[in-house]
Amino acid sequence: MNIPGELKYSKEHEWVRVDGTIITLGITDYAQEELGDIVNVELPDEGDEVHREESFGAVESVKASSEFFSPVTGKVTEVNEPLLDAPETLNEDPYDEGWMIKVELSKPAELDDLMDADAYQTYIQEESK
Amino acid sequence: MEANPSVSSGRSGLTHAEPLIIERSAPGRCGHSLPASFGHPETASADIPSACLRSQPAALPEVDEMTVVRHFTRLSAWNHSIDSGMYPLGSCTMKYNPRINEALARLPSFSDLHPYLPASHCQGALQLMWELAQYLAEIAGFAEVTLAPAAGAHGEWTGMKMIRAYHRAQGNPRRRVLVPDTAHGTNPASSKLCGYNVVEIKSGPEGILQPEAVAQVMDDSVAAIMITNPNTLGLFESGIGDIADIVHAQGGLVYCDGANLNSMMGVARPGDMDIDVLQFNLHKTFATPHGGGGPGSGPVGVCAKLVPFLPIPRVAKKEGQYLLEEDHPQSIGRVKSFYGNFAVMLRAYAYIREMGGGGLKQASQMAVLAANYLRAKLEGHYHLPYPSRSLHEVIFSDQNLAETKVSTLDIAKRLLDHGFHPPTIYFPLVVHGALMIEPTETENIETLDEFAAALLAIEQEAQHNPDQVRAAPQRTVVGRLDEVKAAREPVLRWPTKD
Repeated sequence: MNIPGELKYSKEHEWVRVDGTIITLGITDYAQEELGDIVNVELPDEGDEVHREESFGAVESVKASSEFFSPVTGKVTEVNEPLLDAPETLNEDPYDEGWMIKVELSKPAELDDLMDADAYQTYIQEESK
Repeated sequence: MEANPSVSSGRSGLTHAEPLIIERSAPGRCGHSLPASFGHPETASADIPSACLRSQPAALPEVDEMTVVRHFTRLSAWNHSIDSGMYPLGSCTMKYNPRINEALARLPSFSDLHPYLPASHCQGALQLMWELAQYLAEIAGFAEVTLAPAAGAHGEWTGMKMIRAYHRAQGNPRRRVLVPDTAHGTNPASSKLCGYNVVEIKSGPEGILQPEAVAQVMDDSVAAIMITNPNTLGLFESGIGDIADIVHAQGGLVYCDGANLNSMMGVARPGDMDIDVLQFNLHKTFATPHGGGGPGSGPVGVCAKLVPFLPIPRVAKKEGQYLLEEDHPQSIGRVKSFYGNFAVMLRAYAYIREMGGGGLKQASQMAVLAANYLRAKLEGHYHLPYPSRSLHEVIFSDQNLAETKVSTLDIAKRLLDHGFHPPTIYFPLVVHGALMIEPTETENIETLDEFAAALLAIEQEAQHNPDQVRAAPQRTVVGRLDEVKAAREPVLRWPTKD
């Protein structure tokens, strides 16, 4: 299971890469593995507001369809448009080509509630029990 | 009980290979006689604007009548339905649709009714609708019921529209809706379509929602909670009273997804649990056909304070006459053309009248008994992630088979070889590799035994011959389909020559 050390993680199995007040958001290797082959993805538009713990998009795999819940509050500054036409990228390269959105944080302190790689590793071990 | 696929209820019969009907087409072949002028633009009705007329005939298959009949009869033999075998699709409640309801729905005095008839000319139909709404209100404990929505999810949307209208009338429509992770999958979409942001709440370790978890996120920006009770783990939300108090204290409303009402008819009433809105899935609880995606019916019950917002027209009874009322200024308006799917209401009405109060209660009790019977037979062989008392459905997982590399999908496919429709799989999402089994009250004990024996045989096969399970199905008309390719690269049009 790939869990890059430099990222932060949410309980909803999302990763966050922090760059000043802008963060990049995607789903983890564990999440894509659990979802199985992803066949559709819905993302917000640039300029949309996202709110912490509220849904901002959805993903559909052959197994299931589920919502994305945002770990942060802020405004969407960029959307990975190619992902919409090639949702399999989420399976193939979740941490790089498979990034989903960039968000300008309005409450940077929310990042303090995210897990580091070690804590996330422990969390998924607990959850898959 | 023997549960070898070759001897249990799945059997090979005479099954025909069948191409697409387009491939059966031969130029000039025809199974009917039409006037010579048919299909020519110059003789088309003047009611059709010329811009809407084809310049070329449509590339429809040209086939004789016998070919059409055989084509669809053969395809129907490929299908699995509740009429051909057990269909334990969890959450969907595939119970038997009694034939007498079909006979009643075909009575000409109902089937020949035209929706434009004035109320005075269809008193019987209106009486039936009025009484059905009364029955549903009584069964679930609500002030009033609308029959208009055409399906369960449409009922959810209608309910959420009323919640929004209610809050707007208070001065603020609010912004968020709480949805537990054990709620029905359609709930977030229904909230969103009504303009709400969805907040997910995690269920507790026992698989039910903890009131403290609701209290943590509940504030005056929350319009409602959408809770499914019993939830999608088949467990009763025993904290519902406290949860309703917490939500109501902040001015929010409690929406209950009524998809699982079939487990508690005559035993418990959502209205008595301080639930404000609930949709009924007539095709689940009241044995109307699921109908291949429609027509369905999803009536909605509401508490007294939401009555002004009910959709129009409303069926009312005044001085012994039934009427359709439209004068309700706070109504959310029409949600369906005409009055909803009347023929489905008719079947549900017949079911309720045939069963009576005692019969409905017994149906719920038998559904719960059947699920728990299967649970007792399978526990120890399949992993049971939530050991709390099951109601109408029981959820297992593939966890104990992890070492064999046999997954839930493989188990589901292998069940086809045994002649059973698989249960719902990979739902609810809170269970990894979920197998969600809902036998309903329809099945007799012998069928339940056969189904359990098939699952036990598959478990043994997974331990000793996992490749056999992973290669299933082998006895169906088509083998395992490439579901990923079908979803990613769907081919939806037959390539025409030009």
